[in-house]
Amino acid sequence: MAVIKQKGGKEVPALSTSSLPDIIFMILFFFMVSTSMREVELAVQFSAPTATEIVKLEKKSLVSYIYIGQPVRQLQEQLGTAPRIQLNDKYVRTENVAEIGQFIASEREKLNEADRSFMTVCIKADKGTRMGIITDVKQELRRANALKISYAATKTLGY
Amino acid sequence: MADIAFTLLIFFLVATTMDVDSGINRVLPPWSDNQDQTDAPEIKERNLMSVHVNMYDQIAMQGELVDISQVKNKAKEFILNANDDESMPEKEVTEVDLIGSYPISQGVISLQNDRATSYETYIMVQNELTRAFNEIRDELSMQKFGKVFMEAAEDQRNAVQKAVPLKISEAEPKNIGGN
Repeated sequence: MAVIKQKGGKEVPALSTSSLPDIIFMILFFFMVSTSMREVELAVQFSAPTATEIVKLEKKSLVSYIYIGQPVRQLQEQLGTAPRIQLNDKYVRTENVAEIGQFIASEREKLNEADRSFMTVCIKADKGTRMGIITDVKQELRRANALKISYAATKTLGY
Repeated sequence: MADIAFTLLIFFLVATTMDVDSGINRVLPPWSDNQDQTDAPEIKERNLMSVHVNMYDQIAMQGELVDISQVKNKAKEFILNANDDESMPEKEVTEVDLIGSYPISQGVISLQNDRATSYETYIMVQNELTRAFNEIRDELSMQKFGKVFMEAAEDQRNAVQKAVPLKISEAEPKNIGGN
């Protein structure tokens, strides 16, 4: 009797990769929905102070950011370690806080007229900053009539 | 197909951020040209609680040195004035929708800091003062509507906000440390 031998009949069949794109697309859509575009390259380093009574900032399009802190390490060689203010992509020396007025005006221009009164300025400052700079920034914001502000802080459960 | 999907995925991973911005919201007082504040509204002494933070990050309330853990309770005590103390803020009984007549405290907390105060301490004090107001609001909301402030309906929240206004004044900056 002739016995037909099956060659390699016990090998595991290759894993089908035809569903891989579907899985990857699913992850892609998840990331597209849950994240937002990084708008500015940070040139100052900061770690936000902690607080318990924080409120989430709604409507990101109405928020303008002011960053305050030491320059990032790569830039410290040229700029030193004195704290600086960053408005979008622009560096401002702490002595030239008056430029904030122009910055606020140009940010306000970008919004449509109905939304202008809801504009919020988020101050993202390093927790080691001295209040002098922040007071100057606040005074400039008052002068520019941008009165709604938010001090960026991260959530903590208590001190 | 998978390669294209991978490329897109990696692009999104690199180009986007996930962090949600959150912080303590404040409204600054409008700019006034005369800095000597001659037309500033007079506030009676009993209605004003001064909070000073100096260059060494020490906190003083009503001229008394306090620890950060005491700030909230002191502020709350001051605003509520449960015993109708003569030296604590007056209350004005006002008719508020949904709540009825409620004695609205006239107390104002004035926060002043030195130019050399650290931002961290400043935020901690701001946070504690906010917490004092939030607790008062929560208590009132619980008592009237059986829900904490953040979970109440919008008109209820507005009513509570009207009954317990957030009165933290950030006074004109001064160099109190002489620095």
